[in-house]
Amino acid sequence: MTQPLLSVTSLTIGVRRPKRADTIIVDDLSFDIQRGERFGIVGESGSGKSLTLRAIADLLPAGVEVLSGSIRYDGVELIGMETPARRRLMGPEIAMIFQEPMTALNPVIRVGEQIAEGPRRYLGLSKKDAMKLAIEMMAKTGIPDPARRARAYPHELSGGLRQRIMIAMALSCGPKLLLCDEPTTALDVTVQHQVLRVLEELCADSGASLAFVTHDLAVVNQTCSDLAVMYSGHIVESGRVKDVFSDPRHPYTKGLLDSAPDFDQPERELVPIPGFPPNLAARPDGCPFAPRCAFAVDACRVAMPPSVLVAPGHEAACIQSRSIFEEVAA
Amino acid sequence: MLHRLRFLPGRLIQSIPVVFGVTLIVFFMARLLPGNPALAILGQRATAAAVAALDKQLGLDTPIWEQYFLFMGRLFQGNLGTSLTYQLPVTQLVAQAIPVSLSLLGMALLLSLVISIPFAALAAFKPGSGRDLAVRGFTLLGQGMPQFWLAIMLILLLAVGAHAFPVGGYGTSALDHPYYLFLPALTLAITMCPTVIRSLRSSIIGVLGSEYIGTAKSKGSYGAALFRGHVLRNAAIPTVSIIGVNLGFLVGGSLVIEKVFALPGLGSLMINAIFARDFPTIQGVTLFVALFVVAVGILTDVVYTMLDPRVNLGAKDQS
Ligand SMILES: Nc1ncnc2c1ncn2[C@@H]1O[C@H](COP(=O)(O)OP(=O)(O)O)[C@@H](O)[C@H]1O
Ligand code: SF4
Ligand SMILES: [Mg+2]
Repeated sequence: MTQPLLSVTSLTIGVRRPKRADTIIVDDLSFDIQRGERFGIVGESGSGKSLTLRAIADLLPAGVEVLSGSIRYDGVELIGMETPARRRLMGPEIAMIFQEPMTALNPVIRVGEQIAEGPRRYLGLSKKDAMKLAIEMMAKTGIPDPARRARAYPHELSGGLRQRIMIAMALSCGPKLLLCDEPTTALDVTVQHQVLRVLEELCADSGASLAFVTHDLAVVNQTCSDLAVMYSGHIVESGRVKDVFSDPRHPYTKGLLDSAPDFDQPERELVPIPGFPPNLAARPDGCPFAPRCAFAVDACRVAMPPSVLVAPGHEAACIQSRSIFEEVAA
Repeated sequence: MLHRLRFLPGRLIQSIPVVFGVTLIVFFMARLLPGNPALAILGQRATAAAVAALDKQLGLDTPIWEQYFLFMGRLFQGNLGTSLTYQLPVTQLVAQAIPVSLSLLGMALLLSLVISIPFAALAAFKPGSGRDLAVRGFTLLGQGMPQFWLAIMLILLLAVGAHAFPVGGYGTSALDHPYYLFLPALTLAITMCPTVIRSLRSSIIGVLGSEYIGTAKSKGSYGAALFRGHVLRNAAIPTVSIIGVNLGFLVGGSLVIEKVFALPGLGSLMINAIFARDFPTIQGVTLFVALFVVAVGILTDVVYTMLDPRVNLGAKDQS
């Protein structure tokens, strides 16, 4: 296999605290994203999805740091890279779309100028040409009357238009990797679908890879080719979307699928996962899902279960993944 | 942009009663000062007859309300009366002094921004750090310094000591003026800085924590470009109103500072007029200062509106 576009290895993110043990938020995370792959990261809120993306984009909030591990982009190590060099990757190589397009856009700058900023910096365009490109990008995201809208300020646009502006901005310099942090969560359901379609189309056109964070399984199913399920800072299951959805091998993934509405089977009863994710400061030893897991046995509480291959390209971190699911299936 | 400035005519009309009230206060305040202008002009040894004669000549012997109507009538013709001490039209005296005072204020404002922006940024980029504490310590110290004391210290240090600047005066040519204005402007700037720095520091911290800064970084922006492009303008918005309010205080301070540095501005004119009980001049200057403060208030709203596209002062309150 060729070198992956993004390779995250043993990434650990947390808060350093003087004279005490660090608070670990994301623990020993590893995954690869291949060129052209659309990689989904799902999990309940608080599982560390956003911080994982932010670590890749060098946008961790103050106080939160990468404690160890490696993030290689196109073979180049990003952890420890100087800020100027790392920022030069942002835009033409890696771009990011955020959850709340209202707060993610600068309220006092016209949206056209905000889109044109990257192209002016990287493509060496004049102010006029960069604006022309910005308007072109807006048209591509399906914004009607883009030349007029380019002169609008964010508060003058609807949520759906603002998120299209974010998409136009992120794709304006032709990035190879697009990081999306719940890009449709803040939008109305009908608008969600339109925005998602625009995003997919444009990524398919440009061949950009996608790292797509969401808590919405339906969105992953529609958008992504591969996925990782995160629970309490760990990846508990990963594989091709169709494999994981049709044959989940971790009780948490199974729980997520059972608790999510399914358009194919609207009559099916929804079964919520009992309990809450563990407090990060007091994670249980062993499997973090054990307190909520119906199958938990004493052995689960000894050590973090390693990820094991359950089928080609399909891994799960549950010591009983074979016994539970193969018996149930049988 | 322009449609958001539609509040302007309304604001101008609203300020008419304010200005009218100011004329009323100004007129009566001058009359309530202890002492008699004729006595002040003629000196303590003047005879009662001579004082009475001068009173009559100045129109000070008529009933006070008559004096006020006369004053207002002339005001509408742009006539502020004749200075009792200089025997010149007050409008002429004021017109000569205004450029001096405005340059002083303008330079003070400029200097306070030049000083405040880097210090505020230095503090805000690492809140809680040593340099943040140092900047905040400096703002406390600056706040406690009386203006005239600071002026004297600067004169001793930079003018008398280092001979870098003149002790006072305004110079003779337009090229001289900035050089002569520097120390008094610096004095005013330093007293203004603590407020500006504190306001800017806290708004920069707020801006740096906002999501759109993350977006800007995700477009590859960092360092000075990030600060200029996405931090400063957003952080300046709340500071503009703080500066607007403080400009009023700055005007008050500049009156004293002009006197200390012997600048021939409105402040010196005013203080000399007060000592000489030169009523028409006191009225003229006060009126102009009040007009200026009203204008600064309106200008603040205009700048605020231009910086922040979300502000629409003309819009009906929806809530
Ligand atoms: N700025 C921060 N400082 C300290 N802890 C944080 C910070 N931001 C997030 N966290 C912690 O990290 C956990 C994971 O956050 P996040 O990555 O935003 O989760 P998700 O995106 O999956 O909902 C949160 O539960 C929170 O406790
Ligand atoms: S390891 Fe044990 S507790 Fe964890 S998911 Fe599997 S069965 Fe449940
Ligand atoms: Mg999140």
